[in-house]
Amino acid sequence: MKPAPFAYHDPRSIEEVLELLASLDNARLLAGGQSLMPMLNMRVAFPDHLIDLNRVEGLTGIAEEGGSIRIGAMTRQRDIEESALVRARLPLLAEALSHVGHRQTRNRGTIGGSLCNLDPSAELVAVATALDAVLEVQGPAGMRELSIHDFPTGFMTPALAPEEMLTAIRLPLPPARHGAAFTEFARRHGDYAIVSAAALLVIEGSRIARASLTLGGLGAGPLRLRNAEAMLVGEAPSEAAFGAAAAECAGIEAMSDPQAPAWYRRRLSAVLTRRALETAAARAAV
Amino acid sequence: MDGITPAAGRRILPAGPGKVVGRGVARIEDGPLLRGEGRFAADVNFSRQLHMRVVRAELAHARLLRVDASAARAMPGVVAVWTAEDVAEIPPIPFRATKVRGLEPYCQPVLARDRLRYVGEPVAVVFAEDAYRAEDAAEMVVVEAEELPVLLDATAPPAEFASGLDTEPTVVRKEYGEVGAAFRAAHAVIELELSVGRHSGVPLETRGAIARYDASSDVLELHGTAKKQHWNRDEIARLLGRPPNGVHLFEGHVGGGFGVRGELYPEDLLVCAAALRLRRSIKWIEDRREHFVATNHSREQHHRIRAAVDAEGRLLAIDDVFFHDQGAYVRTHGARVADLAAGMLPGPYRLPAYRVAGHFRLTNKTPAATYRAPGRFETTFVRERLMDAVANRLGLDPVEVRRRNLVAAAEMPFARPLDTLGTDIILDSGDYEGLLDKALARFGWDAMQEELAARRATGECVGAGLAFFVEKSGLGPSDGVRVSIDATGAVELVSGAASVGQGVETVLAQICAEALGVDYARIRVVRGRTDRIEFGNGAHASRVTVMSGSATWEAALAVREMALETAGTLLQLSPSELTIAEGVVCRADGPAGPSVTLAEVARRMGPNAPEMRGRTPGLTAERWFWSDHMVYPYGVHLAQLRIDRGTGAVTVERYLVANDIGRAINPVLVEGQIRGGFAQGLGGALFEEFRYDPQGQPLSTTFADYLIPTIAEMPVVDVLIAEDAPSPLNPLGVKGAGEGGTNAVGAAVAAAVDDALRRPGAVTSLPILPAQVRRMLDGAA
Amino acid sequence: MSDAMHDFTLTVNGQAYAIRVEARRTLADALREDCGLTGTHLGCEHGVCGACTVLMDGQPVRACLLFAVQAEGRAIRTVEGLAEGGALNPLQRAFAENHALQCGYCTPGFLMLGTAILETDPSISDEALVEALSSNLCRCTGYANIARAIRAAADAMSTEGAT
Repeated sequence: MKPAPFAYHDPRSIEEVLELLASLDNARLLAGGQSLMPMLNMRVAFPDHLIDLNRVEGLTGIAEEGGSIRIGAMTRQRDIEESALVRARLPLLAEALSHVGHRQTRNRGTIGGSLCNLDPSAELVAVATALDAVLEVQGPAGMRELSIHDFPTGFMTPALAPEEMLTAIRLPLPPARHGAAFTEFARRHGDYAIVSAAALLVIEGSRIARASLTLGGLGAGPLRLRNAEAMLVGEAPSEAAFGAAAAECAGIEAMSDPQAPAWYRRRLSAVLTRRALETAAARAAV
Repeated sequence: MDGITPAAGRRILPAGPGKVVGRGVARIEDGPLLRGEGRFAADVNFSRQLHMRVVRAELAHARLLRVDASAARAMPGVVAVWTAEDVAEIPPIPFRATKVRGLEPYCQPVLARDRLRYVGEPVAVVFAEDAYRAEDAAEMVVVEAEELPVLLDATAPPAEFASGLDTEPTVVRKEYGEVGAAFRAAHAVIELELSVGRHSGVPLETRGAIARYDASSDVLELHGTAKKQHWNRDEIARLLGRPPNGVHLFEGHVGGGFGVRGELYPEDLLVCAAALRLRRSIKWIEDRREHFVATNHSREQHHRIRAAVDAEGRLLAIDDVFFHDQGAYVRTHGARVADLAAGMLPGPYRLPAYRVAGHFRLTNKTPAATYRAPGRFETTFVRERLMDAVANRLGLDPVEVRRRNLVAAAEMPFARPLDTLGTDIILDSGDYEGLLDKALARFGWDAMQEELAARRATGECVGAGLAFFVEKSGLGPSDGVRVSIDATGAVELVSGAASVGQGVETVLAQICAEALGVDYARIRVVRGRTDRIEFGNGAHASRVTVMSGSATWEAALAVREMALETAGTLLQLSPSELTIAEGVVCRADGPAGPSVTLAEVARRMGPNAPEMRGRTPGLTAERWFWSDHMVYPYGVHLAQLRIDRGTGAVTVERYLVANDIGRAINPVLVEGQIRGGFAQGLGGALFEEFRYDPQGQPLSTTFADYLIPTIAEMPVVDVLIAEDAPSPLNPLGVKGAGEGGTNAVGAAVAAAVDDALRRPGAVTSLPILPAQVRRMLDGAA
Repeated sequence: MSDAMHDFTLTVNGQAYAIRVEARRTLADALREDCGLTGTHLGCEHGVCGACTVLMDGQPVRACLLFAVQAEGRAIRTVEGLAEGGALNPLQRAFAENHALQCGYCTPGFLMLGTAILETDPSISDEALVEALSSNLCRCTGYANIARAIRAAADAMSTEGAT
């Protein structure tokens, strides 16, 4: 399990990265390496060129900007998890991060790397979807913005051209008074989830004013349960309302793989949806 | 001679803790391991070594048409590429002693010849200047093959293996008593169909083999070995046409054995053959993905079992038919696991009649062999499921039904008209019911039942279960140990045993120190080296403490006698007036008075000492311990767990392993064996499985797919070590402690899951997966 | 170009190692083969088992998931750097005293992980300790003694620190 040979590039600026991407064939970007490195070691990825982003300036940082939190693509997962800003304003992200691999892999793993790897079970992709993230993508024509909802185009295939790179992610801040919960089921602690659920509720008075419900692990990209969200808005947070939302999972599409059959993924979706909603509602009430 | 009564005049280790025996002293192995100075297989390097990379079959069953290695041979840094033609003279890998005949045609060639029989089978090998380049070149080897239908189910009718041979090499049959009559007379007949999934040892260190040929002395060395150095040495020598004294095997540190390490595999022979032919040292280190398809699998069995019982729930007879999924070839163990399963299935119970037929069948999967508690993890699951079913059928408490059937202490030694591993099964000693009572009390079984009932009332899905087991250990026939004291007083113990990291050095040093009166921590223990001792039977089947431990005891006592005799002459005292304390021979009745160090005694016994003229010099003795019978440790596992009704996930909350091992030389190490063994059992019960797709492609080839429990999956495990029934078969009274922690986990967890679900007999297979439990919950609702 | 060799210095346990390796050489292999520090073990080479855990600038990382070239200019610490002048350090002693190792193969990884825990979070909660240790696999011990040893070392160090 030794990687095949490749040419290594160690740029220092985004411009340099973009130049390399434009001029090299079969190049891949190396972020934290926690997913790409195993693929290289197992020789299931064969880039001719590896462009290491770890010394590139301007790709890290967490800041509040105009109603969003903007996070540089190369920001380490552990730094995000421990960020006071994230914990205070986007507790859903911090909670999801605690499920991403282990402390050790989060020391290296980056938010951009996880998003671009686009594993169907990736917690960060699910949370970005739940929060309606906007991705900043740079390419030869400059910067473009892309909604997370348009990001997955197939199994582990993000909507990025070969000469483009993700540079940052913007997560619109929900109202300060909201409740959110991330829950997942994995066979073992720290494994990729079979199914994950992210719920975010804004409760005004005694009614749900806004609901976001996202499931991960069912297919190529996360699934927003728009019907269930619509059903919840205007309702009082109650067992019945959450049960009805969870019942929406009965009809969803889910993949079958050696880890779990489709029926089981649907069952987990319903269970986790309900649990996430209950926890989110309890937190919203505080 | 019943073979059980101890030989007259043998000195028995007195009961109770000794000076160092029976105490949880620190290990002598730990220093280098903690400093990063261990020497595992991958740490062995020789100058100008080549790296070997194996090209493996990617189809589960195919006719091999052509292997084109020309591109690989042309790669930079590649010295040679071999296919089957290049090793045509090397016979297939043989198996060790077995009574079963006719297995030879099913042995594995070192490189596939005309058929590919499992994904992972070695097809070619590349030798290159470094490991990266060897892997680059291996990718360039083109294997042309024509797919054949795959056989993946051992319960399906056998297919053709080769012309005139089918995929059922043998059926292991054992029988005693009037089975037919018992079933006719039965109050009730209980029938079950049960299966255990394919999983295995998966040590953290993968295999490795480093061969060096020293032409100056015509010696071939193999490093990175484990477990069975002497047998492997003899076979490597035979297969490569060399005398055994021209082959030496060396054991460094071994990163876990669990049954799978140290068997003779194709790669061992390939590095040796290449070192001889290429005149370069050859290093092969298995990678993890290779390990999952190349190193022995284990456990996969399917049982159709019937029991005849009387109205009180007493067993009258068991009739079992099972299918043992051996994988693609018969490896070094022959049919051993199936034989052990057949022999050990009755466990701790009185059983008037028994019939078993074990269909030993080949499939297109990785070959299988032993894994910690081989044949017992499987049959304890089957037997204890059966006992639970008996209890349920007759409306008895599961504890009570076991009590009624356990062999009583007064019946020991208890001979069964059965054999396994070529030895008659005579349960040597035990107080089974006594241990059951102790275990129930320690676990708080009755109080726990009330607590569980209260939790159920609040909607929780919780349950408890138990399983009884009998292990076997101390397989003979022999092992030798040489204890020597040099002129500086340093003690060296050379053993034919091996170490797979379980603490062999410490345990043997403790026994030696106890007999000799020296500091255990300063004894050098040599093991796993064929150049230091002529014979040895290695480390497996929980045999080391019993066999090599007993030989150590006797060799150390012999050295003690020699030292006392020489010291007596020097001190002008009778040896009976003397003792040895902290390396000094002194008067037994007090520290005052004349004394002489062991160093001085050794000097007086040296080759240049006038007193030794005409005698064999040296303060040294070699003693052999022989045994015709195995010893049988036993125990009970108790499990308490909860099920998440939403996901079907099982969380073991609390667990007890009670294990009588006769005598614990080092209770801390015994506890470590049991806890670690439990973790592996838990893996087999809930997490670990080698799965295949319908084409025979393995689906569990990474640690992300083959799920070993982490600390987060581990419950609180309590360990009750009992010493109520020392073995009469050895001077130490010991029985092996390596496998009792693993043996009954599948059975106990299954019982507890049933109990939580309130559905007796719900669990019929291992591992118990969350999706299945979720289904069972639907059924229960 | 693909065979280009890279010359640089790795700083391991405070010592400089001038090495010449291909870009594809993992940090784990460079430590073992080029620096001769074989205490860092490879258990899976795909980032799950944690046997190759080392500290990079004080943080535990998996050395099989880094290329050696990426570690240039970083401070790497491995198991070989733990003993103080040949004497086992408190964590190593605690491992021996609590029987936290059997075969010893996973031990260097757990020791480095434990070192990071003791240095950054010596009063770590039991729950967080389990979460932190769940990143590494051990096949021999059943883990309880590993957790106990790290806890014992933390206690020993806090007692020492208090006096």
